[in-house]
Amino acid sequence: MTLTTREARKTLRWSVIAGLVMVFTSAVGMMESFDDRLIIYPVLSLGYLMLFWIVPLAGFQATHLPRLEGIEPPGKGLSNVLIGALTGLGAGVILAVFVVVADRFDLREVFVSISPRLVRLLTFEDTLPGGLLATVLIPTLLGTAGGAFHLLRDNLGRRLVLALEWVLVVAILEGVVAQILRQIRLDALGERIYTQRALEWFAAVALFLAILPIPASRTGTNQVERIRQRLFSIDPAQRIRNSVVSAVVILVFLILLPQLLGSLLSEVLANVGLFLIMGLGLNIVVGLAGMLDLGYVAFFAVGAYTVAVLTSSLSPRFAPELSWWLALPVALLVSALSGVMIGTPVIRMRGDYLAIVTLGFGEIIRILFLSDWLSPIFGGAQGILDIPGIPLGVTRVSGISPESILYFAFAFVLIAAWVSWSLQHSRIGRAWNALREDETVAAAMGVNTVRAKLDAFIVGAILAGGAGALFAAKLGSVFPSSFELLVSIIILVVVIVGGMGNIVGVAVGAVVLIGILGGPNVPGLMAEFAEFKLLIYGALLIFMMLRRPEGLIPARARYRELHADEADQDAWLDKSIHPIQSRPSSSETTAEPDC
Amino acid sequence: MALLEIRDLHLSFGGLQALAGVDFEVNENEIVSVIGPNGAGKTSLFNAITGLYRPDQGDIVFGGHSLMGLEPSEITRAGIARTFQNVRLFPNMTVLENVMVAQHCRTHSGPFRAVLRTPSMRREEAHIEAVAKEILAFFGSRLVGYRFDQPAHSLSYANRRRLEMARAMATQPRLILLDEPVAGMNPNETGELARLIHRLRDHLGLTVVVVEHDMGVVREVSDRVVVLDHGIRIAEGTFEEVAATDEVIEAYLGQPATPT
Amino acid sequence: MDSLLWGVRLIAILVLIWGVAGTIVQGLNGAGPSAEAWRDLVVAGIAQGAMYGLIALGYSMVYGVLGFINFAHGEVFMAGAMSGFFVANYLWQVHFWDNYFVLAILLVLLTSVLTSMLVAVIVERVAYRPLRASPRLVPLITSIGISFFIQYSFAGLFGVAVKNYPPAPDSLRNRIGFLGLEIEGTKLAVIVVALISMGLLYLFVEKTRTGRSIRAVAEDKEIAALMGINVDRTIVASFAVGGVMAGVAGTLWSLLFRGVAFHTGFLPGIKAFTAAVLGGIGNLPGAMVGGLFLGTFEGVGSQLVLAGLGIPAVSQLKDVVAFTALVLVLIFRPTGLFGERLSSEDRA
Repeated sequence: MTLTTREARKTLRWSVIAGLVMVFTSAVGMMESFDDRLIIYPVLSLGYLMLFWIVPLAGFQATHLPRLEGIEPPGKGLSNVLIGALTGLGAGVILAVFVVVADRFDLREVFVSISPRLVRLLTFEDTLPGGLLATVLIPTLLGTAGGAFHLLRDNLGRRLVLALEWVLVVAILEGVVAQILRQIRLDALGERIYTQRALEWFAAVALFLAILPIPASRTGTNQVERIRQRLFSIDPAQRIRNSVVSAVVILVFLILLPQLLGSLLSEVLANVGLFLIMGLGLNIVVGLAGMLDLGYVAFFAVGAYTVAVLTSSLSPRFAPELSWWLALPVALLVSALSGVMIGTPVIRMRGDYLAIVTLGFGEIIRILFLSDWLSPIFGGAQGILDIPGIPLGVTRVSGISPESILYFAFAFVLIAAWVSWSLQHSRIGRAWNALREDETVAAAMGVNTVRAKLDAFIVGAILAGGAGALFAAKLGSVFPSSFELLVSIIILVVVIVGGMGNIVGVAVGAVVLIGILGGPNVPGLMAEFAEFKLLIYGALLIFMMLRRPEGLIPARARYRELHADEADQDAWLDKSIHPIQSRPSSSETTAEPDC
Repeated sequence: MALLEIRDLHLSFGGLQALAGVDFEVNENEIVSVIGPNGAGKTSLFNAITGLYRPDQGDIVFGGHSLMGLEPSEITRAGIARTFQNVRLFPNMTVLENVMVAQHCRTHSGPFRAVLRTPSMRREEAHIEAVAKEILAFFGSRLVGYRFDQPAHSLSYANRRRLEMARAMATQPRLILLDEPVAGMNPNETGELARLIHRLRDHLGLTVVVVEHDMGVVREVSDRVVVLDHGIRIAEGTFEEVAATDEVIEAYLGQPATPT
Repeated sequence: MDSLLWGVRLIAILVLIWGVAGTIVQGLNGAGPSAEAWRDLVVAGIAQGAMYGLIALGYSMVYGVLGFINFAHGEVFMAGAMSGFFVANYLWQVHFWDNYFVLAILLVLLTSVLTSMLVAVIVERVAYRPLRASPRLVPLITSIGISFFIQYSFAGLFGVAVKNYPPAPDSLRNRIGFLGLEIEGTKLAVIVVALISMGLLYLFVEKTRTGRSIRAVAEDKEIAALMGINVDRTIVASFAVGGVMAGVAGTLWSLLFRGVAFHTGFLPGIKAFTAAVLGGIGNLPGAMVGGLFLGTFEGVGSQLVLAGLGIPAVSQLKDVVAFTALVLVLIFRPTGLFGERLSSEDRA
């Protein structure tokens, strides 16, 4: 059995990619610092997972051929396995060369993370010549598995992946699962399946086997669209009844959730909420109106500082010590005004200049809050401390009890989502859509583009200001360092990864990114990532832009673009609505994002 | 008094003189064609009228008010709508949304009312949708039914042209500017469009200015024809009159017509 | 709307005049900085500005050919400075640095230039080439991702600590007379090297074959391709040249400030972009002049204008001055002081 040149080149390419990713993961220090966290006891640590995940993927990709319409796919067979194995082997060899170099020469002077411990980890605690065998062999096996994946029937393959995903999720999110088990009085089970924060291997196997028989359908956007279709095909009366029922269910769920989660997880979720509010606001500016605002954090800062000055007794110059409830509308108003002030000059600029100028404004505002000049008012680097929480009846809601703050976060998120949704589906939303698609024509069709853009800026500013007000009450203090450019960038990543222009997408983005990886100053569920969070954010941003610019859950219009219009037509002609037939998933079609 | 008066309009890009003192008038309820060889300044004229270009000199008066210095959206609100030579729809919005968005300047609900979903806002939304459907029905069965919810880019070329006209109509104009409405259409569709232009005036009471290269259509629809060349008006009159003018023949053929 | 912009313009000018007047009054009362201090401020500003100018060239070239802001260009500069550090540090340890300083600094320069060039070219190949046809905000967002990725990769690979270059020999650090002024040697060297590099770049773009291709591609990619120019290679060349300039700036930066860390590239990057816009993006001499102007303005301007307004600790507000300059330029003269040179499709 020989390989064609094309296959050989592809194999080489993917083995080099996989090898370099592994070397990078090791050299940048991820491998070593993640090794402390076991995820499946006692066999798999997070470090090894981060190191090796690329290999089976590369093995799979190396023999993957895109399905073309009208062309018989070439037969699958041993060649897939062989190519996978070769890919893994190549990657393993690259890693082994790295290990030898790292062992021979002391590179720590330059590469701080290449330590003897890293070498030991990469050789599986064995001495060098023998250990290298494992360094090469394990990637080879993983690559083989990746290649062999093609031989499985579609359905079985999908089920395997799903089961594997679930096992990893349950293992990685040990904190959440154990906490929930504790809250529902199943401590015993939790203690049984987790050891040292890792899933016991037998529990992993059991879970895997339990999930395997569940039929997996195509995941992703198709699924979302199908559910949507089903929702819209039922008659209105039923729909209202359904929505009432689901609203009640959601409400009950939201009320119970903080109690179920306990304070640690509530804290994480409250942070998710804060970023989600800002994400929804930025989504209006970027996703709907099409303006890339890189200084969005400025409005967050303005909201937080307004509340701080108005409520704190330690506000240096002016301390009216108002109630949070009175300070909130003022904060929203001040944010809106700053939206007008920043928005008015930048709105007529070209898109990329707008991005840089808003970035400039964001930095100016932060530096001013930090400066000695304004420190008599805003406290400079020391910030403003002692912000009382939110008075509510006899109690005070503040960050000390994350559960109660979480309720406020929920309320704010619901309001923000409602604002986004209702604006999107209104006259102004259509105008944003139009000017994003073609500004000249929108103007010629009577849309006052300056006004519409300014509206978007203001609404975005108000939402961020609200998030800021909540943030100040939650933290009890504000410092300029909470409002770095990084915050703007991370909100942007949340919006882009989730899916620009789509509320559900932004929500998913916030939960996944802020909840798991963590925000700029707040840890997520995986506190281990803290050091590498921004590296991962950067990589995600690049990856999404290159591969899936429409985001994980694309906006409906964008989805429609990629899928069958004919199906719609036929359905209408037949006077009966069929669910849209599944088509190749959108990731295979290149989407044109409309920004 | 004329509905639209163009007075001594000058427009230049760098050294290139696109309009060099154009004068003409359009009366209420009239169909006027603007013709001329390529580069004569016809589209520049449209862009100047709709505020996309700023003229250097001269005046544009619409319904007794000068349009100089107004934003494009204000001009649309004043009652002038247009289509584009190279069909510019909002391709990812649906057919219905394309027409609904054009009613922007005739409606009022701002963000505040949208968020509160006030009854007046809901009434307005329903009204916008009804008007949009009514306008689309003007084009027969082509843009209705399942097509309402299709993205505009999925339409056929001729339907896109129709949708663009529907969108222009939705701004509720008094004057509509059509930039080469039949370019790229087959004879059947061309004939239909010519009838449609008549219907715009006869049924909707609109005044129409058409830039067109298809002389058949020009002959069929125009009450009056204005000929531009090198940014100035070289002839004006009925189709037959201008077709017989020496300057026009010269402009099109590039040489003086020799008298026989 | 327009009246509002006029208002902003008026306020900006009034603040400027008020501030300057205040400073002059202070100076007459003998309260402000001495004449020597002013001179040093100006020289420091010019030296800083020269480096901004060098980095700005990279922004300008990429904007010229591809029409988007390569946000990651500041990181290209940082990569050069960082790689130079390791060579410099090694040479210091083996005592080569003190004994053969000129040779050592040339080696550092070479490393720095090669690294920057390599990083710029890799970034183009991996991230920007696949996005050639995308709407212009897509590569911009990508470049933000790249910027973060490079920064935090460097933090992980080389550690987060600030790395200090070995000091330049005393002979260079002393003040030397130049045109009747006493100027610190390092700063003079920085200014001279920057100007020479700029001159060479100008010759390269104007006189060589590749330079001509770059100008042609900047004018119109499609026509250039039809004329037989290899567009891909030309784009790579402009990234490479931008990288070279950033590498030179990296070495000069290290000579002047000595400290390099993973986040060193960010602020100079943004300011260099400001300089590029100030000079008119796509306009190479403009970028250099814009850099010199911005460097001087942020150093001297904060002292000249803000101190006169009675604001304490003005040096903290240096960045505010630079960003305000950016905002004002983009509001009132988005085509820059000397006009931009962009292809027709980018001007829209």
